[in-house]
Amino acid sequence: MKDFAKLFSDLDETNKTSEKVRILKDYFMFVSDEDKISTLALFTGRKPRRQINSTLIKTWAMELAHIPGWLFEESYQVVGDLGETIALLLPEPGGSQDKSLTEWIAEINGLAALDEGEKKEWLLSAWDSMDRQERFVFNKILTGSFRVGVSHSLIVKALAELSGLGASVLTHRIMGNWDPATFSFHDLMQEQDASEDISRPYPFCLAYPVQETSDQAKSAEDLDVALGSPEQWQAEWKWDGIRAQVIFRGGEIFIWSRGEDLVTDKFPELHRFISELPDGTVLDGEAICFSGSCPLPFNVLQTRIGRKNLTKKIMAESPMAFIVYDCLEFEGDDIRSMPLRHRRAVVERLHAMSKHQDIFRLSEVVPFDSWQDLYDLRLTAREHVAEGFMLKRVESVYQTGRKRGDWWKWKVDPLTVDAVMVYAQKGHGRRADLYTDYTFAVWDGDKLVPVAKAYSGLTDKEINQVDHYVKRNTLEKFGPVRTVKPGLVFEIGFEAINASPRHKSGVALRFPRILRWRHDKKIEEADHLEALKSMLG
Amino acid sequence: MLAFLRLKLSAASDGYSSMAQALLQFNDKGIYCAAGDFYIDPWKPVDRAVITHAHADHARWGHKHYLAHHLSREIMYYRLGEISLETLEYGESTVINGVKVTFYPAGHIIGSAQVRVEYKGEVWVASGDYKLEDDGLSAPFEPVKCHTFISECTFGMPVYKWRPQQEIYNDINQWWKLNAEEGRTTVVAGYSLGKAQRIMQGLDPSIGKIYLHGVIANSNDALMRNGIRLPDAERITAEFKREQARGGIVICPPSAVGSPWMRKFPSVSFGYCSGWMAIRGAKRRRAADRGFVLSDHADWDDLIKAIYATECESVCLTHGSTASFSRYLREQGLDAYEAETHYGVEDDEVGEAGETKAEDVI
Repeated sequence: MKDFAKLFSDLDETNKTSEKVRILKDYFMFVSDEDKISTLALFTGRKPRRQINSTLIKTWAMELAHIPGWLFEESYQVVGDLGETIALLLPEPGGSQDKSLTEWIAEINGLAALDEGEKKEWLLSAWDSMDRQERFVFNKILTGSFRVGVSHSLIVKALAELSGLGASVLTHRIMGNWDPATFSFHDLMQEQDASEDISRPYPFCLAYPVQETSDQAKSAEDLDVALGSPEQWQAEWKWDGIRAQVIFRGGEIFIWSRGEDLVTDKFPELHRFISELPDGTVLDGEAICFSGSCPLPFNVLQTRIGRKNLTKKIMAESPMAFIVYDCLEFEGDDIRSMPLRHRRAVVERLHAMSKHQDIFRLSEVVPFDSWQDLYDLRLTAREHVAEGFMLKRVESVYQTGRKRGDWWKWKVDPLTVDAVMVYAQKGHGRRADLYTDYTFAVWDGDKLVPVAKAYSGLTDKEINQVDHYVKRNTLEKFGPVRTVKPGLVFEIGFEAINASPRHKSGVALRFPRILRWRHDKKIEEADHLEALKSMLG
Repeated sequence: MLAFLRLKLSAASDGYSSMAQALLQFNDKGIYCAAGDFYIDPWKPVDRAVITHAHADHARWGHKHYLAHHLSREIMYYRLGEISLETLEYGESTVINGVKVTFYPAGHIIGSAQVRVEYKGEVWVASGDYKLEDDGLSAPFEPVKCHTFISECTFGMPVYKWRPQQEIYNDINQWWKLNAEEGRTTVVAGYSLGKAQRIMQGLDPSIGKIYLHGVIANSNDALMRNGIRLPDAERITAEFKREQARGGIVICPPSAVGSPWMRKFPSVSFGYCSGWMAIRGAKRRRAADRGFVLSDHADWDDLIKAIYATECESVCLTHGSTASFSRYLREQGLDAYEAETHYGVEDDEVGEAGETKAEDVI
């Protein structure tokens, strides 16, 4: 645990990628194989199950620190991280410990068998044996909130340099359903893939945006210059569902989300078509709600995902389909290195053979002769319930991760509204102790009615200025939320708007974010709710 | 005993409304003593200002007459120009319109003083900013018994607990040494008056040379004119060859961080010295390689210790986590309340690099 805590603080102490890779390599060379795998599991999101709820952890920490509950909460607001708050508040330890990371994780997993009193005794003595940094890392593992500012690609880079294996091979090997208790470091580093995990997905190929924001909109000419002649490209609508990988191997079905969550049971309707695919098939596509021949807006799917139990009612209200756009494995062979036009032919054949074309849908290729054609078509994306276009080079292989060049997403420009900031809340992580999370409102008659929450879009300098304003213009405090005197107007961008009976305003905005601060506008010049409602279509 | 009861009662029943009779009161210009007709650390121009220390949010421009500790003299001339200034030694008193004013060490920076005000048997102390740990540069903090203590609480949250300064100096030296061995330039940011001199004093001169940003060199020159001795260091001028800084350590103010001035040094490793570095998010926000938790303010435990040591009947919190800290003290049975002031925002470091943020108060 000491080594792991040290690794965490070493990684924290540099912003340079090369330095982080060096630190990771040094660590991996130094610690035991068990700790290597435990570390890899944590760094790739395979956290131990949470065995003590955070209310209990908080309560016991407050007892030790001799502070009242409200002061604990306010401390948390300042720090922006529960594990760190506790580490800072606990009194000095009485002893020390030398257990390895793997041993601690085994102890955490063993807590399930203990009663509350025993858990408390265990935790208090654990805290009493650790210094501040150890406690911080330990708390993060214990509360299931372990995240690290190191991307998968950096870990893969370090492991690749140590093992001599290719980065894309390793990226693939660390995916899937493996358990750190049974997967060995030796297996991971073998020349030949030693895994028998039939559920293992491939790393998703990810696209770069053609344009980041609406102010950097690209014209047809820009695309011509950047991408070359249209014949080299395949255009498909960009769907607003959940990116998913469908696997049928050894008679078993697996559905993985892009975030590497196994979501097989969330979409039972899709199982029918998957079980009729040839054995050894892996497809890349979009899980999306469909009604008849029309995709439904994302909020329908979001409601469904949010439910614990899939009731008949929910399934009837949000029928699922899968829009396929790529094939990564066919008849047991990895075909990612074949060109897209070839993989596309396989996709079309598989689709043509299916008896379930109502749920197994083909991502249509949108024909176009010039970038101008596509530009004009893109303006109608919302009518197609699409987010814009995906552009894929027809000769390209299926890349590992986000690589520039072969896949581009060309989103439609966002819808916009000018809104007034009315509430503010402090952020987390590097935005701790700064007011960075805002609620925005538009006029409904002479009242301001909240329509969106947004966190991103301002520069650090602007955030400081808004923070300054919030601290000096607070009307009321409700726990962590401050009601702010209306005074600042922002242009809010969003992807779509839907009627929502759950919101006071009657509308819900999809993916709202701040486009810019309208210093030039007074609050009276912000938009009215009618303007938003007229966008409902 | 009767007098004590009366005082407690008036504080409890009248609260703010009794401030008109209070020895020190907060108005729109600063902390005002009506009996003596003077202000302590006023933020708007007044006739007579008593200054706790030379930081810009406490020693502002535009007053007709200043009273400060004599070790603040040169720095105040440097920062405020030709002002009318009278100085006092610690423990020395002066009487202003019948009100006795005495300075006591606050331990915050060189020349920082707590101002004790006495009138007709009633005693108030305004702390300015303070810390309890003896930094070896400023005269160490002395608790002063009083009826009402006006205290800062910049770090008045229990998550702020400092380690002994020597541990921090060791960390800085270790980091500098490693950088020097690898041929890097070490750049460390800290407030130009107070923190910079502490860093200099804590550095191990056997590792390499110390270089100073012009703003810090100016402050040092002023302090030296006041008789303060500081370790050897070289001012970075326009002619300075940046390559020369490799292996050395450059001390700069927070306002220079991320500026072209800083980027011109070869292979920089950058550290930030501030109490705010106790929080991981605050460190990450500044994109610092290293954050050193070194503060010129009292931490949570020391604030509480200092307040109890005054044996005061009331405590008034001027800046920092005033709401949380005063609520905590009230729950402990103290008569604690908040006052609205303009302290806590240093704004004089707007130098070559542009704005200094409110959070850069160190």
